[in-house]
Amino acid sequence: MNKILLILKREYLTRVKKKSFIIMTIVGPILMASIMIVPSILAKYDNKNQKIIAVIDNSTIFKNSIPNTKFIKFEYINETSITKFQKTFSESEYHALLFIPKNITSSERIQIYSNKQPDMDVKLHIINTIEDNLEKIKLIKKNIDVETLKSVIINLRLDTIKWTEDGKEEKTSTEITMVIGMMLGILIYFFIFMYGSQVMRGVIEEKTSRIVEVIISSVKPFHLMMGKIIGIALVGLTQFVLWIILTFAIVSVSQAVFFPEANILQQNQPTSILESGAENLDNVGKDVQVEKIKDLFSIVKSYGWTVIILSFFFYFIAGYLLYGSLFAAIGSAVDSEADTQQFMMPITVPLILALVMAQSIISNPDGQIAFWGSIIPFTSPIVMMIRIPFGVPYWEVALSMSLLVITFIASTMFAAKIYRVGILMYGKKVSYKELWKWLKYKG
Amino acid sequence: MEIFRAENIYKSYAAHNALQDVSISVKQGSVFGLLGPNGAGKTSLIRIINQITAPDKGELFFNGKKLKPEHISKIGYLPEERGLYKKMEVGEQAVYLARLKGLSKIDATKKLKYWFEKFDILSWWNKKVEELSKGMQQKIQFIVTVLHEPELLIFDEPFSGFDPINTNLLKQEILKLKDNGATIIFSTHNMESVEELCDDIALINASKKILSGNIQDIKAKFSTNSFNMEFSKGFNILEASIGHQYKIIDHLKNEQTERLKVKLLDTSLSTNNLISHFMQFGAILNFNEELPKMNEIFIKVVEDTNAENLSKDE
Repeated sequence: MNKILLILKREYLTRVKKKSFIIMTIVGPILMASIMIVPSILAKYDNKNQKIIAVIDNSTIFKNSIPNTKFIKFEYINETSITKFQKTFSESEYHALLFIPKNITSSERIQIYSNKQPDMDVKLHIINTIEDNLEKIKLIKKNIDVETLKSVIINLRLDTIKWTEDGKEEKTSTEITMVIGMMLGILIYFFIFMYGSQVMRGVIEEKTSRIVEVIISSVKPFHLMMGKIIGIALVGLTQFVLWIILTFAIVSVSQAVFFPEANILQQNQPTSILESGAENLDNVGKDVQVEKIKDLFSIVKSYGWTVIILSFFFYFIAGYLLYGSLFAAIGSAVDSEADTQQFMMPITVPLILALVMAQSIISNPDGQIAFWGSIIPFTSPIVMMIRIPFGVPYWEVALSMSLLVITFIASTMFAAKIYRVGILMYGKKVSYKELWKWLKYKG
Repeated sequence: MEIFRAENIYKSYAAHNALQDVSISVKQGSVFGLLGPNGAGKTSLIRIINQITAPDKGELFFNGKKLKPEHISKIGYLPEERGLYKKMEVGEQAVYLARLKGLSKIDATKKLKYWFEKFDILSWWNKKVEELSKGMQQKIQFIVTVLHEPELLIFDEPFSGFDPINTNLLKQEILKLKDNGATIIFSTHNMESVEELCDDIALINASKKILSGNIQDIKAKFSTNSFNMEFSKGFNILEASIGHQYKIIDHLKNEQTERLKVKLLDTSLSTNNLISHFMQFGAILNFNEELPKMNEIFIKVVEDTNAENLSKDE
């Protein structure tokens, strides 16, 4: 036991001290945090300079009726043709020139002239207001009251409400559940693969550097294998926890720096993309956006995060142990990483299959595929994690977990047998038949 | 006193027999040579002694007790396939390997510093292993093997990768370990070093032990009854060649001396008889029995058993 600890410590420390680990640990959260906050920072600073748009309105419908915004100002020019601007435009203070032709009501066409591509939000703003105005004009012409029209247009919203165990109501969102489930599944897949192949590489390294026989003259091969697998699991957990802490820290700090006025710091965090969208559209239905964000919050909060996080850790560790031991067995059977291909296949297939099934699982989280996928141990870590945010009956979770535990114990024993023989085999191309023989060797 | 004994060991891998009914006995404080051609089963036996693998049949005893996992700390093993973690620092790695053998961190560091100083390699302590040459790495492996002062040391081809100077240094160290009371099992193809170092040997060929015992006894057993003699000038070769109990197979005449190689035909004749017989023909300057080299014995025995096996197969 003491010796497993020694091995574990070495495996852990050498990996944690590696440059690649430190870089990954720092770069990961920066990436994640920037996905969260960069859009809102960009939105905040990018549009700070008010853009002036020159307007030539030959239809005379829109005089002063296109509203200015925080970022866009319209200036009406007493000209009828654009030719005067064509050459000197780049020296003018204008961002773009909006040309409204005389026959706009029939042609339904306007032009924007600029020496660069006009912004999306400028375009949208112009289109929206002019469309609105034209619609109004047409309604008046056809004698339809605007209020009447508004009253018949239906904007249906569907609220999904889940009854919790104790009969409380919770607002849910299928889309968000899908996103969360998908993210969790992909994360598990990624972790199993990344750290599983680290186990394999570690075993190959010991074999090719020929240190393995020195070590197993002091410790049992099984101890060496377990020390390595558990040590690397801890590396994975360390990285994961650091990612969460660092991401949160970076997001909080940068929000405090860039949005000091916002007291909705926490609320801002997971929805900043939506929020920045709201800022761009600005006047256009901002209230609706805010309400949506608030909704989103109550929905995100409503998930049983404790259950999700706990089961994530369980499926990460158990799934990793299952695959990690198989990766170790492969590593022991080959002489170099190039030879691993033929044995990697049967391991990668169920993992990839689980990911492929993900699409149909999120659209039908209680279906047959989802059920069996989350019970069969080789796919259950990924499939069950996709399902958990949707809510899974306890007995299914219990069954899935216990099957997974039994399987990883069995796979570890199986892997240990191959490992024990494999690490002492040099320069031999190993086949499946050979592996089968190894299983039957005595101690 | 016997420190280690293996009794009737069998080991097979699927269809291949690695060891069949092999028994060895290693005396306390001796150097025991484990010899045999490639693939004979030496490494299998060594791995069984180190409890890396278990025998299919047979029993092992260490100091009279059944071999158990706790004996690992009393055995030091330098495998033929040996290496170190390339990316790890020398000192850190040596401490790690020593701790796996059961030493405490403080003890391991203290002892390592002693050995590093002795080999004058203290400056390597913080270097990464990949920065060292192969010979340098071998030295570190040797130190790690002997560091925990095991009662039984097992060296599998210890001299491979060493230059003659370091080979010599290593031989001296092995003999020193022996003087300090350690027992050494020594597997090699280098017969010269066997003659130099070993007290007893066992020769394994095609998974069976075909020869074992004290090295002097074995040499005597394989004696060709040849004797080298040297006479001063004036030796009477004519009269000497008349005897019928022996045959002169070589005669060399120098300016000052004459050398003779004689094969004894009548083995009932003692060495003294032989000497007194030849004293009649001249003044003996030198007389010695020509014992066979281990190399010759090795080749002869292995080839004989191979031929035997072949004829059995037919």
